[in-house]
Amino acid sequence: MSEVERHSYDVVVIGAGGAGLRAAIEARTRGLRTAVVCKSLFGKAHTVMAEGGIAASMGNVNSQDGWKVHFRDTMRGGKFLNHWRMAELHAKEAPDRVWELESWGALFDRTADGRISQRNFGGHEYPRLAHVGDRTGLELIRTLQQRIVALQQEDEREFGDPEARLKVFQECTVTRLLTVPDAGSEAGNRIAGAFGYWRESGRFTVFDAPAVVLATGGIGKGFKVTSNSWEYTGDGQALALLAGAPLINMEFVQFHPTGMVWPPSVKGILVTESVRGDGGVLLNSEGKRFMFRYIPDVFKEKYAQTPAEGDRWYTDQENNRRPPELLPRDEVARAINSEVKAGRGSPHGGVFLTVVGRMAGGTEEIRRKLPSMYHQFKELADVDITAEAMEVGPTCHYVMGGIAVDPDTAATPGVLGLYAAGEVAGGMHGSNRLGGNSLSDLLVFGRRAGEHAARYAEEIGEARREAAQEQLDAAEAEALAPFAVESAENPYTVHQELQQTMNDLVGIIRREGEMTEALTRLDELKARAAKAGVEGHRQYNPGWHLALDLRNMLLVCECVARSALERQESRGGHTRDDFPAMSAEWRRVVLACSIVDPDAETLSVRLTRGEAVPMRADLLELFERDELTKYLTDAELPGKDG
Amino acid sequence: MTYKADFRIWRGDTDGGELRDFKVEVNEGEVVLDIIHRLQATQAPDLAVRWNCKAGKCGSCSAEINGRPRLLCMTRMSTFAPDEVVTVTPMRTFPVIRDLVTDVSFNYAKARQVPSFTPPEGLKPGEYRMQQVDVERSQEFRKCIECFLCQNTCHVIRDFEDNKAAFSGPRFLMRIAELDMHPLDVADRQKAAQEEHGLGLCNITKCCTDVCPEHIHITDNALIPMKERVADRKYDPLVWLGNKIRRRGSGD
Repeated sequence: MSEVERHSYDVVVIGAGGAGLRAAIEARTRGLRTAVVCKSLFGKAHTVMAEGGIAASMGNVNSQDGWKVHFRDTMRGGKFLNHWRMAELHAKEAPDRVWELESWGALFDRTADGRISQRNFGGHEYPRLAHVGDRTGLELIRTLQQRIVALQQEDEREFGDPEARLKVFQECTVTRLLTVPDAGSEAGNRIAGAFGYWRESGRFTVFDAPAVVLATGGIGKGFKVTSNSWEYTGDGQALALLAGAPLINMEFVQFHPTGMVWPPSVKGILVTESVRGDGGVLLNSEGKRFMFRYIPDVFKEKYAQTPAEGDRWYTDQENNRRPPELLPRDEVARAINSEVKAGRGSPHGGVFLTVVGRMAGGTEEIRRKLPSMYHQFKELADVDITAEAMEVGPTCHYVMGGIAVDPDTAATPGVLGLYAAGEVAGGMHGSNRLGGNSLSDLLVFGRRAGEHAARYAEEIGEARREAAQEQLDAAEAEALAPFAVESAENPYTVHQELQQTMNDLVGIIRREGEMTEALTRLDELKARAAKAGVEGHRQYNPGWHLALDLRNMLLVCECVARSALERQESRGGHTRDDFPAMSAEWRRVVLACSIVDPDAETLSVRLTRGEAVPMRADLLELFERDELTKYLTDAELPGKDG
Repeated sequence: MTYKADFRIWRGDTDGGELRDFKVEVNEGEVVLDIIHRLQATQAPDLAVRWNCKAGKCGSCSAEINGRPRLLCMTRMSTFAPDEVVTVTPMRTFPVIRDLVTDVSFNYAKARQVPSFTPPEGLKPGEYRMQQVDVERSQEFRKCIECFLCQNTCHVIRDFEDNKAAFSGPRFLMRIAELDMHPLDVADRQKAAQEEHGLGLCNITKCCTDVCPEHIHITDNALIPMKERVADRKYDPLVWLGNKIRRRGSGD
């Protein structure tokens, strides 16, 4: 192998969205030399697309809010499959993470008394989402980006080098984690760094580091209709699998109820939940607010039974219940799916979502509260949302499953020195994520991952070692393979077929036969992806980049399909046509995916069953026993084992 | 409605390049980025282009379409006649890397020269109190998606490479205005805007405002007020006197 560029750091963060940047800020603030490696330009990560807000129980709008209420809402939203410890930490720490952003320059919308305003959102009992119009993700990413610049300015003053302790390697893709043997971990190894290539030049680069934080986001690009950007190819999940760290809960994929459906080229682009949080309603082709017919038993007592009560709730939350348009996302997505199937859909296969006449301030209020939505529909669909209804339908939005992590430290149990935070990690959101809980998740667990990666890197000190040359050679050979292929497959075609397969066969409603078929097709696609060849040279070559990303998408899609086939119940983001009920027995089951042999020619996924950790007694006490009986087995209910 | 469109796309790298002709299918509702993606999938797999969100939120896919700086994802094909040739070229102000991808590191270097938000000493997180009306001015500027189209179009650097060292461009002059108008920022921004970031070079032709995909009133709401603040201070007799006294006191 030719001489390869090498960089040595204490902590390498892969991914520059909310979780990655927050982790990097934490590691650097603790004095460690930190690198951020990201596929796109700095500041372009998928976090910018988050619209509605950050959930944090600051209680600025309704003082009855607090971490316990937020914790309860999160567990209910996830149908009790969440790792309760993550939900607890998240609910407790989210307010501090939001306030901290303000001290770094974020400008949230305000309440009348000058505090951070909070808005209603699906599944949240009180107005809880700190927001900036409907572009909260942009505010978050820009604030963290500017915080990183501030830290670099500090280093410039102290060392004469702004990148002395914190450097962003942008447009650089990591293709393999590097490890060295270590008997102390489940997979028998620990982190030594990462191997990647510069997108601009195609040249390879090696990061030597004892600690790596994966913060690469989701997997949406495995599906045809998605709100996700091109980067969401399951990189972190695949890197973890290949290094020996398992994924959990991969069957739980969130289909956001409201994506654009027309024109075809924008199908899937997100329509923020704030539209409903601020008064928007869903209508079918008969003009009926159909959501009232879809309130499931577990939520019956919490939601309005009539449109009149639902409407009153916006101004009087003490005496009315919330409208069912604000049910958790999985419920709304399934309801829309049913309406369309029953022939009551909109002309382009969705339903109607309208804010016309739903805000006291009329047109002006709509444009002030939902500026991006106004802009998006006007420019991309010729629809004026202040005068017409939008057409919306479900779109693949978020994966609840992900890398198994320790709730407190974000460390993976599989590989020493490997941490994961944000969407790439699993457990926090259970079977379904509440809107607004993602941005707060990024900050809470991004900070924790950065802290513990830094601590670990400090502890390991001189014992750190570099990866063996064979690993680098193998990584290089793997990355160059698409140039050496004869009788090449077109990587774009393989990708399109993968997306179609997942969309049609492992989508919002699942059946055994279809998922078995999907697994057969995934095997075929795997074989074809191995033959995906590229034209041209290594310099900024998107065909080559996609050919390499295919490995990751195929691996994570197989995890989704295998787990979904195995779980014989319906819960949150996993709906089985053939097993429509939720099962308390299945709630305790955690499905984990790992790779049979990471060095094999063809990679295949192994599924194992684990058991959920029982919830701590003081947290169980936050719920009424009646509610717990809907989710837990008799043996798990408090007071049974005396 | 499906038709075949004529596209001319600049292909090349640092060593030079040329416009290449393509004939490509266009379907109803598509944007220019869809067409670029179709070209990649069918005719030119190695055609380099930056993009991320395809929803006008990330500011990655900046380029020039028929000579006008635009986001590829927000330019609908319906704005062109079916027989019109659509020419796509990289942003002209920044060095080309390959095809439609340019080296925008100039902007990241300038961003690092703007001192960061400086809150009052002793103000703890959670204690911040600001009125909506007071944050709205800066919020407008924080809508910026950093597509750098304003930087690309600003003739101060588009036509005069030599100005790049002394001029931060509309994006970062607006960032300074944003901080200056932040209700709780205590740093002095005005002197640096003029002396270090080249505010004086801007002659308010509003080209930046014209191309802003977020419709931010960069010139009217950021640059002109900033110029006024600088001018007020420069010619304010009290400020002038204060500066004189301070200077004398510090011994220069």
